[in-house]
Amino acid sequence: MKFTSEQLKIMDSIISRYPRSRSAIMPLLHYVQAIDGYVTERGIETIAEILNLATAEVTAVSSFYTQYRSEPAGEYHVGVCINTLCAVMGGDEIYESLTDHLGIENHETTKDGKVSIERIECNAACDYAPVVMVNWEFYDNQTPQSVKDLVDSARAGNPRPPTRGPSKLRTWKENSEVLAGLNDGLAHEGVSAGSASLLGLQISKNGGRQ
Amino acid sequence: MTKLTPVLSAHWDEKDSFTIEGYKRVGGYKAVTKALTMEPDAVIQMIKDSGLRGRGGAGFPTGSKWGFIPQGDNKEHYLVVNADESEPGTCKDMPLLMANPHVLIEGIIIGSYAIRANHAFIYLRGEVVHVFRRVQQAIEDAYKAGLLGKNIGGKGYDLELTLHAGAGAYICGEETALLDSLEGFRGQPRLRPPFPAIAGLYAKPTVVNNVESIASVPAIINNGIEWFQEMGTEKSKGFTLYSLSGHVNNPGQFEAPLGITLREILELAGGIREGHQLKFWTPGGSSTPLFTDQHLDIPLDYEGVSAAGSMLGTKALQIFDETTCVVRAVLRWSEFYKHESCGKCTPCREGTWWLVQMLHDLEAGKGTEADLAKLLDLCDNIAGRSFCALADGAVAPIISSLKYFRDEYLEHQRNGGCPFDRVASTIFKTVGV
Repeated sequence: MKFTSEQLKIMDSIISRYPRSRSAIMPLLHYVQAIDGYVTERGIETIAEILNLATAEVTAVSSFYTQYRSEPAGEYHVGVCINTLCAVMGGDEIYESLTDHLGIENHETTKDGKVSIERIECNAACDYAPVVMVNWEFYDNQTPQSVKDLVDSARAGNPRPPTRGPSKLRTWKENSEVLAGLNDGLAHEGVSAGSASLLGLQISKNGGRQ
Repeated sequence: MTKLTPVLSAHWDEKDSFTIEGYKRVGGYKAVTKALTMEPDAVIQMIKDSGLRGRGGAGFPTGSKWGFIPQGDNKEHYLVVNADESEPGTCKDMPLLMANPHVLIEGIIIGSYAIRANHAFIYLRGEVVHVFRRVQQAIEDAYKAGLLGKNIGGKGYDLELTLHAGAGAYICGEETALLDSLEGFRGQPRLRPPFPAIAGLYAKPTVVNNVESIASVPAIINNGIEWFQEMGTEKSKGFTLYSLSGHVNNPGQFEAPLGITLREILELAGGIREGHQLKFWTPGGSSTPLFTDQHLDIPLDYEGVSAAGSMLGTKALQIFDETTCVVRAVLRWSEFYKHESCGKCTPCREGTWWLVQMLHDLEAGKGTEADLAKLLDLCDNIAGRSFCALADGAVAPIISSLKYFRDEYLEHQRNGGCPFDRVASTIFKTVGV
């Protein structure tokens, strides 16, 4: 099945952001994931066609980056940081309890298609360790129980909101569309900064005291 | 006692700090107005004279980088901001962009004007959707306000700014891999020379700067060189963000003059968590050799950290207490480098796999003393033998941990496995919380 003419028009607008069209491969791949849920064959073929490349050239790029998936993600894609700092502080325990709870392993999706899991590397939120990302939104200071509750709430259709992010968690496809550069208008939601980000500022305002 | 100096973080506690109104209310975009009345070369000279050095890890003088761009060459020039923040432990640019994306945009306009670029890019890691939203909205609002696009501020200067999401590859934080990625290829480092200043994006003269470096520019333009140089040490001028994480009572961001010590930061942050002691720490991410409690008073500036055998790096202070097994920590970092090696250079691609295999055995108590020599020999054949610094980073935790904790490796062998209680190093104390 072909992409709709409206979708193809969006692809053209993505290409127009760059001085050279090939630079649009990455946002186009994010956009394909927003529509299809992963990098599909039709996605590869369409990108190759509109950028005048061989499909092998597009696949070479797609297979290099871990965010591009070769099979569908769950509606809620849960990444548990297992890089050293988060792992030591409890990321390993969170990951183990989550796999037990869901009965799936790394890169797998629950049978209902709701939740997939991934062991992720450092996500630049170490002052909120242990960190879990859902659809690449921040869930700070997690515990094994809080993450079990989080995935249960997602499977029940009412996911808990991110700690620093929009007031309602969007789906994996919807967030992939944001990464393709399509503004969803939610930038104003959520805090300016979390409490750890503000710690030094507040100590400074208190004359060096906490 | 060194005092904190919130500049970049000064207004993060305002509810609308990330909006254009919020930024303008605290003096935002005044530096652009000033810079656009200066000659571009004068802007470059001012940043050179300020002593601002790259905040992304290498510490290269920002103004000098700008000065390397050949002028009058009739070629397009590009400014590319490295917002791929992925070095383990590093968490300063993402909160900065979430709380104040406009200070980066203001710095980009000034930097692009100085190097005569009419198109700039922000390469933002893809795994931070809400940060992406904030930056994207800020760019749209800056366009609407006439701060981007044609004839900025009525001064005849044009600038396009494109936000680009990465897709999960640590290597794209390396500037030439980032450029390949931005051109639409696999993100693999390039052989240098030519350097990006001569042949960067699309083989055109290009400056690649870290988020924090560029975001520091407006404050320097507004407040002047003397103000900037009052902070910091002889060769490491100014303020910077230190990110404290791990086994401390209060992790967080601390903006301070370069040269503050970990002892001072820990004192401000309420110290190591109750009942525990500092064991080892990284001064600037996992690629910077480990320090121990002997290094609490090292000035955290480029020279001080380097003289003590490590690197200032990204100023990511990851703190581990005595409950942490150093072999486990190093193995996990090694698995990271193995996963993130781009595969271009054989010593890194193959060597990181060997490192992980050996460390696995050592952690499981199956190693021997001879293996430690073999491990170091392997490191010797990886570091400095690849295109980029990923390989050097991969061996840094191994070599430094063997220097300070050699016996802990052997203890695993004597014990027939890891002697540490893993749960003790978590923050929940008991499993199932």
